[in-house]
Amino acid sequence: MTKLLTQETLSAIGRRTEPQRELVTRRDIRKYAVATGNRRQRYIDGDQAPPMFHVPLFWDVVSLDALSPDGVSIDRLLPRFPLKKAMAGGLKIEYLKPIYPGDWLTATRTLADIYEKTGSSGQLIFYEVVMDIVDDDGEMVIREKTTRILR
Amino acid sequence: MNSVLTISELAVGQAIPERAHRPDNVQLMLYNAVLWNGHRIHFDEPYTTEVEGYPGLVIAGPLLGDWLHQALEEWLGESGELLSIEYSNRLATYIGETLIAGGIVKSIDVATREATLEVYVKNEAGDVASPGTARVRLTT
Repeated sequence: MTKLLTQETLSAIGRRTEPQRELVTRRDIRKYAVATGNRRQRYIDGDQAPPMFHVPLFWDVVSLDALSPDGVSIDRLLPRFPLKKAMAGGLKIEYLKPIYPGDWLTATRTLADIYEKTGSSGQLIFYEVVMDIVDDDGEMVIREKTTRILR
Repeated sequence: MNSVLTISELAVGQAIPERAHRPDNVQLMLYNAVLWNGHRIHFDEPYTTEVEGYPGLVIAGPLLGDWLHQALEEWLGESGELLSIEYSNRLATYIGETLIAGGIVKSIDVATREATLEVYVKNEAGDVASPGTARVRLTT
């Protein structure tokens, strides 16, 4: 079977975003805790961030004209892939330190891998993005690896 | 308050309490607003059904992931902490569905006070939409 991934596409492995530094606020924690239906008082009060709070904290904020017609922002970390249809992906999140209001956190996303496999339904492309989140002392707070599958 | 969990009292096969979620339009809108997620399949019903062909507004995948975390944390209470989680979203779920989050203890290491659990969000038919595994550490 012919290879889908060209050297040019594979050369994107190792590509990294500019570090993004954001402030954790009590109000943002409270909004996230309420919207997710969380029942722990310290999250509802914004005294501590619940797990997965890094998802809203580092979601791309782009201008309206940078959104595709379906309302999605385009991930500039990714090369143009020969397959477009996204299948279920997976996440692995390691929690290393708790997060509190007033913390400044910095996230850097790296395109860690791109590879292809042949499944029962044909050829598939996999890619992995690692997001490292550190505090201002440089200590790792969260490490998240996302794996996505295209067919 | 939850009673205190200790590693010596955990048993493989033990189920953690399940929680039913019935997300509505308001919750889904607030969740995506908090994320700054403008994906139409979460709020634009005519687009979602007519253009994308879904039966209804789609629950955002990371919200299901959050419910896995909540199931674990509500079970742990103040008795321990979540170290890591791995999960995927296998099935789309929609506004109007009742979704059940829960989990089962799969392995226990008394020496490190760590346990692994299989966690899930499933729909009313019992199909698992979001399977995962998590690692927790108890304090005692």
